[in-house]
Amino acid sequence: MGKYILEMRNITKTFPGVKALDNVNFRVIQDHIHALVGENGAGKSTLMNILSAVYPYGTYEGDIVVDGEVCVFKSIKDSEAKGIAIIHQELALIPSLSIAENVFLGNEQTDKGLIINWDKTRIRTSEMLKKVGLNERTDTKVKDIGLGKQQLVEIVKALAKDVRLLILDEPTAALNDKDSDFLLDLLVDLKEHGITSIIISHKLNEITKVADEITIIRDGATIETLVKGVDNITEERIIKSMVGREIVDRFPKRTHKVGDVFFEVKHWNAFDPLDDTKQVLKDININIRKGEVVGIAGLMGAGRTELAMSLYGKAYGAKISGQIFMNGVEQRINDVSDAIDKGIAYATEDRKTAGLILIDDIKRNITLTSLKSLKRKLVIDSNLEIKIGEEYRKKLNIKSSSILQKTGDLSGGNQQKVVFSKCIFADPDILFLDEPTRGIDVGAKYEIYTIINELAEKGKSIVVISSELPEILGMCDRIYVMNKGMIVGELTASEASQEKIMQYIMQSNKEAVK
Amino acid sequence: MKRVRSLLRGNIRQYAMIIALIFVIIIFEILTKGILLKPLNISNLIQQNAYILILAIGMLLCILTIGNIDLSVGSVVGLVGALSAIFILKMDMPVWIAIILSLIAGFIIGAWQGVWIAYIGVPAFIVTLGGQLIFRGLTMVALQGTSLAPLPDSYTFMAAGFVPDIANIEGINLLTLLAGGVACILFIINEINKRRNKKKYDFDVSSIGAFLFKIVAITAAILAFSYALASYRGIPMVLLIVVALVLIYTFVTDKTIPGRHIYAYGGNPKAARLSGIKTKRVLFWVYVNMGVLAALAGIVFTGRLNSATPKGGYGFELDAIAACFIGGASTTGGIGTVVGAIVGGLLMGVLNNGMSIMGVSIDWQQAIKGFVLLIAVGFDVISKIRAKV
Repeated sequence: MGKYILEMRNITKTFPGVKALDNVNFRVIQDHIHALVGENGAGKSTLMNILSAVYPYGTYEGDIVVDGEVCVFKSIKDSEAKGIAIIHQELALIPSLSIAENVFLGNEQTDKGLIINWDKTRIRTSEMLKKVGLNERTDTKVKDIGLGKQQLVEIVKALAKDVRLLILDEPTAALNDKDSDFLLDLLVDLKEHGITSIIISHKLNEITKVADEITIIRDGATIETLVKGVDNITEERIIKSMVGREIVDRFPKRTHKVGDVFFEVKHWNAFDPLDDTKQVLKDININIRKGEVVGIAGLMGAGRTELAMSLYGKAYGAKISGQIFMNGVEQRINDVSDAIDKGIAYATEDRKTAGLILIDDIKRNITLTSLKSLKRKLVIDSNLEIKIGEEYRKKLNIKSSSILQKTGDLSGGNQQKVVFSKCIFADPDILFLDEPTRGIDVGAKYEIYTIINELAEKGKSIVVISSELPEILGMCDRIYVMNKGMIVGELTASEASQEKIMQYIMQSNKEAVK
Repeated sequence: MKRVRSLLRGNIRQYAMIIALIFVIIIFEILTKGILLKPLNISNLIQQNAYILILAIGMLLCILTIGNIDLSVGSVVGLVGALSAIFILKMDMPVWIAIILSLIAGFIIGAWQGVWIAYIGVPAFIVTLGGQLIFRGLTMVALQGTSLAPLPDSYTFMAAGFVPDIANIEGINLLTLLAGGVACILFIINEINKRRNKKKYDFDVSSIGAFLFKIVAITAAILAFSYALASYRGIPMVLLIVVALVLIYTFVTDKTIPGRHIYAYGGNPKAARLSGIKTKRVLFWVYVNMGVLAALAGIVFTGRLNSATPKGGYGFELDAIAACFIGGASTTGGIGTVVGAIVGGLLMGVLNNGMSIMGVSIDWQQAIKGFVLLIAVGFDVISKIRAKV
């Protein structure tokens, strides 16, 4: 067994009124990949924030030991000097600057400390880009590359600071399977080159694949550390430790009856609003029955979100054409308020920037789409609004101090429940749920699935867009496979499998090449 | 208990500003040796600041929408003042027609800027900076560089007049006292109703002691204020206008759907759009509203001055913007109240008036006002950082 690059000993951190971490011990072996897992709010981020000196020395109890030496980190600079870098879930890149500029931001390559040496900057950047397998020009702007590549730029940025211990917080949460695999392979590769990483993730399949050790924390305390090759590591085992009980089924059972076709889309086309020569959706034909949960699977960029948003009152797209039928009757839906009136709801994949008003409280977020139903003459009935807020808080189990809490202060899972409440309160007949469980822990996921099932049982039609294939397979009655703006396959729950879905995608890619 | 604390924290900014206002009033009352709160001066204070308060209400709505400001309102005040004077003095129109036409001019100006901002998508800062230059220029052209005066009494009445009394008693205005009494009764009934409603739905209410204290304090303030007005010439007309506007706009922003849409848009435009709010329309009407209120302020200001001058309204936009930010509006939008903007405006007004009485020069007044703005917003920023840790 190798030596410990990092030991965190007896770490205790108290916030006013809450003990976030209680005597946590956490040890990372040199040149290993160490996964840190736990439910939202278990204390993972707090622990990592202590390590990277977001919470500086003195605000917590316990010791941080790097290479056997007790360290005092007063600021992020101190921890960086020891070769520790953290990559947060929200990337810290400047979109309008080039890759090279971002890589050496705050660490500029200079001549005599005064003038930036751009040649050196570019040469060093391109060397490192090669190392991580990112095939982009150094002066490409960060906003022009995809999320997966941006993640790699973040890693290059850390490499530029001679990092030895890399901490990644949910690095694959927003990535599709291909990009995720690439990133995980890179971590394994970096490991061989002497870079240790700590990875925080909810995606247990990825963790079981790459991690050498897995530490599980729950309610601010370390539960156990599993070692690859010693312990029998399975997803069920990890989940059990995380939630403190056994979850028999990751997807709750549903007893519902699928009815007649309710929502039907025919020959739907749409173009990119920024470039109306680029067709984003090509001749889409789909239908959804009453009480049915339909999944739309596909890689990132397949056009799934674009499809849902274009159907939701043309909230996305230019030159849209095609027909929408509800109960067999053609509908004209020209803007979002039309869509809401017709009983269509859309829960965005991006709850922070497009789903919620973060500075506003829970109840006002819930009622926003359907204020009309609260109207008494001219006035919004604020008492009724509070009652509705309370009702949904209980019904969907939104963990919060009260309905007056700002949604920006809630955890991801609870924010998602507010987004759901908002959709449900609008009393729709069809719901488009875009990545409904992204970045949410196992327990909250289960609750979200339960809500989806309840809605289906009530006869609502539900469309689930998800990049997590197990979720699509576990939740849906029928699955459409999308690729490059087209529907390339349709599967029933019984015949669907991850392989089949990927097969459809690969096949359509091949056809496109021909 | 936790709930009470979180409630308090949310409102602390507004309470802090009211406390600051009371504090400033007391200080100047002492420094001016009691002149500040003399009945005559209170009337003056109201008439001097009414047009800024009217502008601040409109400006608040602009600021609520993602922190947009309107830099053109000072020039609009000047232009509308000039137009109304031309209508009356050069074109011999009846005063009421001139006033209606002036308000329509404000509507058109607001719609013009609203189209550029909401539908064409030019940043509000640029559109209204352009507006500032355009409308100032047009004012000069319309007035040909000279002032137009004097205006008929029926025109200046709105700005400088008083509501006529119902009885003729020496030294005291009966109507004002009555109005004060009625205001107190309405206020108490409203408070009791609110409390009863909350109890009915089983929500938290403040302790009975705090409740009584609030009622007694505010009733006393209303009575003292109305007595002060009554012992001079009664209720200034322009006070009626401002109070009516405050009530209407508080109601709209607080209780109605358009109001909620403005806050939602300011809080997160993308989420608002996906919630079915017609965001462009919201932005457009906010600027139309600003145009109409700027026109009203123009009429009040011209009436108070009893002349329309090429420089009329110069720099007013900055006072209105400052009033909103001092009163707790967020520079990024979505946060702020009408009452807050009024409190901010009054704070600036009392500072101005108090310093003038003390004989502080205009130059120093500018510097001190700027400093107060900085302190107020700085206080807010610091208290927010504290709340987070």
